[in-house]
Amino acid sequence: MSYLTDRKRATGMGSAKSGTAHHWSMTLSAAALLVLIPLFIFTFGPMLGEPYDVVTAYFARPFPAIVAALTIIVSFHHFRGGVQTLIEDYVHGLAQKIAIIVMACLSYAAMAVGLYALIRLAL
Amino acid sequence: MADVNRGNRPLSPHLTIYRPQLTSMTSILTRITGNAILISALLVVWWFLAAATSAEYFAFADGVLTSWFGDLVMTLSLWGLWYHTLAGLRHLVWDQGYGLDIPTAEKLGWACIGGSVFLTILTIAII
Repeated sequence: MSYLTDRKRATGMGSAKSGTAHHWSMTLSAAALLVLIPLFIFTFGPMLGEPYDVVTAYFARPFPAIVAALTIIVSFHHFRGGVQTLIEDYVHGLAQKIAIIVMACLSYAAMAVGLYALIRLAL
Repeated sequence: MADVNRGNRPLSPHLTIYRPQLTSMTSILTRITGNAILISALLVVWWFLAAATSAEYFAFADGVLTSWFGDLVMTLSLWGLWYHTLAGLRHLVWDQGYGLDIPTAEKLGWACIGGSVFLTILTIAII
């Protein structure tokens, strides 16, 4: 039999005492995306399938370029946080850490590529 | 006393036990749409990179995204994006403590499903 008391077994098993920052970060980016996503859909959407000259001229303009840049920054930040929660639910141990690192790197890499492309188009 | 019924307690009902409900299904769908959108997000970033590279490369990337398969992926993604947006709005409302009773939660679930389909059709009609 175990000599652990009920109190000893329960100690440390309560709330994780962390995660508020993660939740607030998701709330903040969700609120921002509520504005950005419709703007992005109706600026990027009409350009899909348009000729090269039209597309490059359009994204050289301030409004479409800034909307696209903000959407890329905030959405990949939001994705990074969301996919971390997904991984934490289904993957455990070392694989969990590796998966979170890989998805974080992928998110920031995609963000950098998108911003680089937008700067090239805008300048 | 400390080891009463240890390891033999009733388990919390989980996915394999629960009958599917609108609230649980719409919650799962939020997770699926949010993570699956990565595919089209990467395609869009690639499209921007191609536009910033050259006319030939842009023609190739744009051709992939507007092929029948590209259209299928982008249309499904558009629906997923609207669904995730509405479901996210629902979470922001819930987080403030509103609409948590079951009848309202179910109405909000139907609003996410119906609203996302409506917004997808509307978007395609406008664009």
